[in-house]
Amino acid sequence: MSYLYSKKTLVILGFVILLVMPFVLAPFNLNLLGRFLAYAILALGIGVLWGYAGILSLGHGIFFGFGAYAMAMYLTLQSGGIPDFMGWNGITELPWFWAIFSNPIVAIVLAIAVPMLFAGILGYFTFRNRITGVYFTILTQALVIVVTTLIISQQQYTGGTNGITGFDTIFGYSLNSVTTQQMIYWTTVIFLGLVFLICYKLVNSRFGKVLIAIRDGENRTRFLGYNTSVYQVIVYSFSAGVAGLAGMLFVLQVGIITPSMMGIVPSIEMVLWVAIGGRGTLIGPVIGALITNGASTWFSQTYPDAWLFFIGLVFVLVVVFMPKGIMGIIATIQARRRAKKYGKDRKEETKLYNSSSI
Amino acid sequence: MSSVAMQIFNGISLGSVLLLVAMGLAITFGLMRVINMAHGDLIMIGAYVTYLMQVIFVQYIPEQFFDWYFILAIPVAFIIVAGIGMLLEFTVIRHLYGRPLDSLLATFGAGLILQQLIRTIFGAPNVGVQSPSFLQGSLEIFGLYLPFSRLFMIGLVIVCLGGLFIYLYRTRQGRRVRAVMQNREMATCMGISSRKVDSLTFAMGAGFAGVAGCTLTLIGPIGPTIGLNYIVDAFMVVVVGGVGALTGTVIGALGIGVFNTFFEYWTNASMGKVLIFALIIAFLQWRPSGLFSMKTRSLD
Repeated sequence: MSYLYSKKTLVILGFVILLVMPFVLAPFNLNLLGRFLAYAILALGIGVLWGYAGILSLGHGIFFGFGAYAMAMYLTLQSGGIPDFMGWNGITELPWFWAIFSNPIVAIVLAIAVPMLFAGILGYFTFRNRITGVYFTILTQALVIVVTTLIISQQQYTGGTNGITGFDTIFGYSLNSVTTQQMIYWTTVIFLGLVFLICYKLVNSRFGKVLIAIRDGENRTRFLGYNTSVYQVIVYSFSAGVAGLAGMLFVLQVGIITPSMMGIVPSIEMVLWVAIGGRGTLIGPVIGALITNGASTWFSQTYPDAWLFFIGLVFVLVVVFMPKGIMGIIATIQARRRAKKYGKDRKEETKLYNSSSI
Repeated sequence: MSSVAMQIFNGISLGSVLLLVAMGLAITFGLMRVINMAHGDLIMIGAYVTYLMQVIFVQYIPEQFFDWYFILAIPVAFIIVAGIGMLLEFTVIRHLYGRPLDSLLATFGAGLILQQLIRTIFGAPNVGVQSPSFLQGSLEIFGLYLPFSRLFMIGLVIVCLGGLFIYLYRTRQGRRVRAVMQNREMATCMGISSRKVDSLTFAMGAGFAGVAGCTLTLIGPIGPTIGLNYIVDAFMVVVVGGVGALTGTVIGALGIGVFNTFFEYWTNASMGKVLIFALIIAFLQWRPSGLFSMKTRSLD
């Protein structure tokens, strides 16, 4: 019986439910769910980075954005000719850094490889000098400002504040047809499953244990002979690649990407999903992304003015009073139940971080 | 030649705004290891206090005294924003000591609430504040036209800096602040109430944010999100300057201000930002913990 309640079973069950959703939900709602699932992939990347390695990046918006822009550029070039905004700015020939995105495979590879490479370089120059903790966080935030102003100012190449939109087809299929959207949804679910599996393997490997060690005591880990900066660079780069993948899947379902979707405030909100769901877990970020975005969609339609008050309050309350998020609450309840059953000391189970891995 | 001199002046005036913003941040971060993202919103509230003072003066005070509104707004903004800061410290921040990354997120949330509060009261569009007449016009010196408003800003920053210096290095209370900054446990053992020091110092840092908000009204119209434009730059000042010495903050602010202005002058506004970011990363290769860091033997 207890096997039924195990986390593994629940995860598989959740995955199956997500797979059958296209037969249940109306196309509009399915599209919404697909969007949230793309966010969930992003949250997984942040969850590994922050929850396991203790590195807080407030700059994941730009990696997400790069993936989204790469896909958007491919989709725009599919419709043929040069994009409208280039024409308006008097550019008649496609610049080379646009032209390479006309090949779908190149676009997909670059959408993941460029964020990874960029994060790798930035990570190398910061972690190498032991710039970690808040200093690193502040640098990532500055990076967001730099990149978004750059995109806005180079509007003849990037579409400026309006971003890139107006896609018709992907691989020759119409983006508006229900079947294509279902296919994209399933792709998103499968990638979510894959990323989850990779993250699960990662955090439960030897590598993952070192990450946790770095989070809990960076200097001690270093004194034990580990080169911590290598681990930090790798996990940061991995997480950026996941963000790029999420961005690609996101733009396919939303049909637009603008600089304001990857700016400072969205980048912090991405971290909030992880905080709400529960850091130091992998289910947490997924649940957090789904619940927060679901609530946000509903709330901002019903009470647009109160939304910012609400999200601000949630921010404060979650971070101050429930640092382990929803998963932390569940863990506490479980521990209490177990304590009732076996009379075990339940304080043991409610430490700030417990390293039960799913 | 004169254009270079003008750029240096612009850089210094930008640097002085950054310094005013970063001063409060540097103190709270140095003292409590708390990253206060709501600092930007405290600046915004300071700006709105100035706006409110102007509205009150227009309505209730005879016109010939109108210019005084700005002079009066500076201490009023300091006090009101310091009060809000104290409240913030009491409700949110004191729970977050020793969790710097969490403090960043929680104060961001608190900032969102403040932003929405101001938006509900004053409306989302920007509001303009009229500069007092004695700050309009400019001073001509060696063929350069230096606007009075900018000169006033630089002067105000020097006054604030002087006040902070005297407070930290020449008063009993300031000595307590420095003691807690250097070694919290030891200071507590010596009978210093670190709670009281934290609360007062945080309030003071917030007060400086209020004054910074006041001066921003001289630069342009103000809106509920004005703080965001300055907060990240101010954090960069803290990163470059290091914590533990005011000198670092001063040099960091002026350095970023001047380089930023020159880069923008040579290229354009957005490329300037890219270059300054690259410069900061390069600088950190040489000095990873900033210009002036507190020397300590403790790790973790």
